[in-house]
Amino acid sequence: MPTAQHRVIGGKIVQPSSRRQSTSVFGNLDWFMVLIYFVLVALGWMNIYAVVYSPDNVVNIFSFDINSGRQLTFIATGVILMIVLLVVDYKVYEHLAFPIYGGIILLLLFTLAVANPVAGSRSWLDLGGGFRLQPAELAKFATALAISKFLSQVSLRQQKMKDQMVLAAITFLPAVIIILQNETGSALVFGSFILAFFREGMSPLILIIGGSAAAIFILTLLVPKLYLLIGIAALMGLAMFLDYRLMRRFKTMIALFVLVVGMVFSVDYFVNDVLQPHQQNRIKALINPEADPLGYGWNVTQSKIAIGSGGFWGKGFLEGTQTKFDFVPEQSTDFIFCTIGEEHGWVGSTILIALFLLLMMRIVYIAERQKSVFGRTYGYCVVSVIFFHFVINVGMTIGLAPVVGIPLPFFSYGGSSLWSFTILLFILLAIDANRNRELVR
Amino acid sequence: MNYLENRKYVIQAIFLVVGVVYALRLFYIQVVDSSYKQAAETNAIKTVIQYPFRGLIYDRNGELLVQNTPVYDLMIVPKEARNIDTLRLANMLDIPLEDARERFKKARAYSWVKPSIFQQMLSTQDFAHIQDNLIDFPGFYINARTARGYPHQSLGHALGYIAEISPKQLEDSTYAGYRPGDYIGKAGIEMAYEEYLMGKRGVKYKMVNVRGIDKGSFKDGAYDTLSIAGQNMVSTIDLDLQAYGEHLMNGAKGSIVAIEPKTGEILAYISAPFYDPNLFTGKDYGKNYMQLLQDPDKTMFNRPIMADQNPPGSIFKVTQALIALEEGVITPNTRFACNRSLVNCHPHPSPLDLHGAVQHSCNPWFFLAYKALINQGKSKNTFTDTALGLKDWREHVLTFGFGKKLGIDIPGEKAGIIASTDLYDRVYGKNRWKYSTIYSLSIGQGELGVTPLQMANFMAIIANKGYYVTPHLIRSIGEDGKPLAENLERHYTSVKPHHYDPIIDGMADVVRAGTGRKASLDKIGITVCGKTGTAQNPQGPDHAVFVAFAPKEDPKIAIAVYVEHGKWGGQSAAPIAGLMIEKYMTDTISALKVQEKWVLSREYLNIRSK
Repeated sequence: MPTAQHRVIGGKIVQPSSRRQSTSVFGNLDWFMVLIYFVLVALGWMNIYAVVYSPDNVVNIFSFDINSGRQLTFIATGVILMIVLLVVDYKVYEHLAFPIYGGIILLLLFTLAVANPVAGSRSWLDLGGGFRLQPAELAKFATALAISKFLSQVSLRQQKMKDQMVLAAITFLPAVIIILQNETGSALVFGSFILAFFREGMSPLILIIGGSAAAIFILTLLVPKLYLLIGIAALMGLAMFLDYRLMRRFKTMIALFVLVVGMVFSVDYFVNDVLQPHQQNRIKALINPEADPLGYGWNVTQSKIAIGSGGFWGKGFLEGTQTKFDFVPEQSTDFIFCTIGEEHGWVGSTILIALFLLLMMRIVYIAERQKSVFGRTYGYCVVSVIFFHFVINVGMTIGLAPVVGIPLPFFSYGGSSLWSFTILLFILLAIDANRNRELVR
Repeated sequence: MNYLENRKYVIQAIFLVVGVVYALRLFYIQVVDSSYKQAAETNAIKTVIQYPFRGLIYDRNGELLVQNTPVYDLMIVPKEARNIDTLRLANMLDIPLEDARERFKKARAYSWVKPSIFQQMLSTQDFAHIQDNLIDFPGFYINARTARGYPHQSLGHALGYIAEISPKQLEDSTYAGYRPGDYIGKAGIEMAYEEYLMGKRGVKYKMVNVRGIDKGSFKDGAYDTLSIAGQNMVSTIDLDLQAYGEHLMNGAKGSIVAIEPKTGEILAYISAPFYDPNLFTGKDYGKNYMQLLQDPDKTMFNRPIMADQNPPGSIFKVTQALIALEEGVITPNTRFACNRSLVNCHPHPSPLDLHGAVQHSCNPWFFLAYKALINQGKSKNTFTDTALGLKDWREHVLTFGFGKKLGIDIPGEKAGIIASTDLYDRVYGKNRWKYSTIYSLSIGQGELGVTPLQMANFMAIIANKGYYVTPHLIRSIGEDGKPLAENLERHYTSVKPHHYDPIIDGMADVVRAGTGRKASLDKIGITVCGKTGTAQNPQGPDHAVFVAFAPKEDPKIAIAVYVEHGKWGGQSAAPIAGLMIEKYMTDTISALKVQEKWVLSREYLNIRSK
């Protein structure tokens, strides 16, 4: 197992002679990934135009008066950003991981202190000239870097309580500040790093317990409690029947069941007394949006109508009525997927999903080919964040996830979001392009 | 090989599962479940009904009877209606403050963002007044449409009216094409010819955004349909004659029906008291309607076709004589003495032949003639003989259009009553009644009920010597001007044409030298044939009847005048009929100037009974 202590930096590269290595970053760049990136960004841009398009008042897609024109400047800035990220010495990311992380934490705190609330959220930093920055977006890559750096120094398998506590602190410190900024949705993203931890050796039990807890939480809201408990008891009984090892841990199983019962009965308390009213409504909207279609169910209902009306082939580019006529709120940003669903139908939606799967699979592939723990962990952190955004963003538009205001990566309108994901992805590509300079094995 | 590396498969599997689940979910809501498509349509596509112009109605001389006039609905969008001075609004619309508040509530309950009607059918004047002030009332705006309008005040009962379709009608499959709030003919011609008048509605599909703001036509109007205007119609009514008749009947109760005998075209249709059809348009429609419905003179009672409980009186003697001639039980020369022990009569020469009996309306003569008609000795049993005679007689009577609906082209017609064996069997028992029980039929009293329309139609039959064309109010539909096919058919009576001649001569003398002298137009060379009648009324003064046609040689008009409490036909109904005939024939009043003054004075209602 390679660790940071064993790494040889700047050693002689031993490679099969058949593969000549380019010394240029662009020569080693994963162009396939860059292609996927640009396809997603371009599609997003066109859909942002489709949202604002009005047959009565046709505005050029490049016009700065509309979102698509502004998005184009964001894209252009993103390209500059990506070149800078690729040209900079790749070692910077590892060496400066903690300083960057520390800087961002300070920026988050600063924002919390000075920001003017926008719709109850204190997460926007006014840069002047009409430009605003959301430091919470930058916290993602900074945290990913810090986690990777930390994990490249200590192995999660050789767990020490202290290391685990430090890792948890690195992960959840920015999340706590972001919650204080009243951006709970963005804060939840930090929970997704659990996927990277799992790859790096975290006990799968945590993943299973976390997943089960989430499932029980949702089911409690959907199914009468008694039936749910009977069902769980039956499942546990079946598991014990099938696996004699579990039978021996009878007492543990009983304790587990008692825990589940406690959880089931505390869900109501949690939903009604701990969550804020708007958060409660998001839960209710997920369970039964029809109960109040004009109130808390509006977003989900209208979003499903827009997507559902697209049919198999869709209504055609710029032909959507639901997204165009403001039935769906936040169409350019959080609900951009509705435009795809309505105008491009099931075919278009599925192609987009496939594109994201391709993107995520490619990142996993890239991560796995890294020779350093730092590079690999960072890759998994990137894919974790993208995956979380994808699951929640698409899920909420089709009624499978609660409405959490987070954008669809590379796709949604907005500079902060686009730059954040560009930074996240292209740091990985910069590290990847230089992977052969790392000699570890 | 690091065993942790295998965990990448777990992670990839999670990605795949999510992707597949999402694709399946999308397949369900996009392809399987069609309810979202409908919801999207109701969301964003607004169907706007294009109301066609309702058909216009002209009178026989091309005068406009019914037109479309612009009215204005005051609409409200509650969401935009902020800081409204409700009191000022109520004053402006001339409604109580509570009403205004109530309407706000209703509009809000209907929709927060969609417009609803706040005040219906403002006139052009109201509109002008309100429009200037509208700027102070955000959320209010005016929606223009058309309503029925009448450039005159006549013919309310025949024209009928239109009003919002009732919830009950909406449930009826006959009215499948209608929506709540649509207007539909509710009475008279408007109801009977609804399908022609309404035209065909068009539909426009418009796209609206979430606030209901218009975003242009859907698919550039590919699915839109144009509205087709309703068909114009020509009525048989002579508006001048109609208005004159209403002028004559103003303040009285009763009916006038005038028919062109050869065609069955109704020239005048008056039900008094009458109402101005304009009352049923405009914002006070409901109030006016309730007022008319409740008034003690029963204005909404459509007398010419619905007043079927009154016996025809002496005019029915003409019917009896015709049937007796046809049955051969009398001849024009048959004489009977005026034997007042049979039935009361009034002073006149005696004995009389048929001509004289009609002229003088001799009651005993018709008692005997009807006895001969009913008791023809077909059975030795007098009870059976009477029943047989009545049955035969009734069949004759029905061919004159009595005792059944004539089929006029407006709804609500009543059949009237003609005595039948069944009726008497029910009342007295089988074989328990004979001629002495039913003799009052001979002089038009007893178990008889005839509508004024049937009386006028009866005159048309005599004028035509034996046939009638179903009386109707609409001559043609659409632009071709051709009479409707169903109005070309002649209905013949069971009495042969030559039997009518002596009757017509007698009726001419009724007007020349009998009880109908006040209808005489001899001065201007028009021979009027008529017959007076008095319908006994147990509740008060008798009702006066006069029926006539003219000119005798080539009849152009047949008329029935029925004046409630007019006592004697000769005093009230006859001059009215005469005036109507003169007006129709000459377009002026010269010969009967004196009678016109008499009629308009209403003095005839004050004559004391003898």
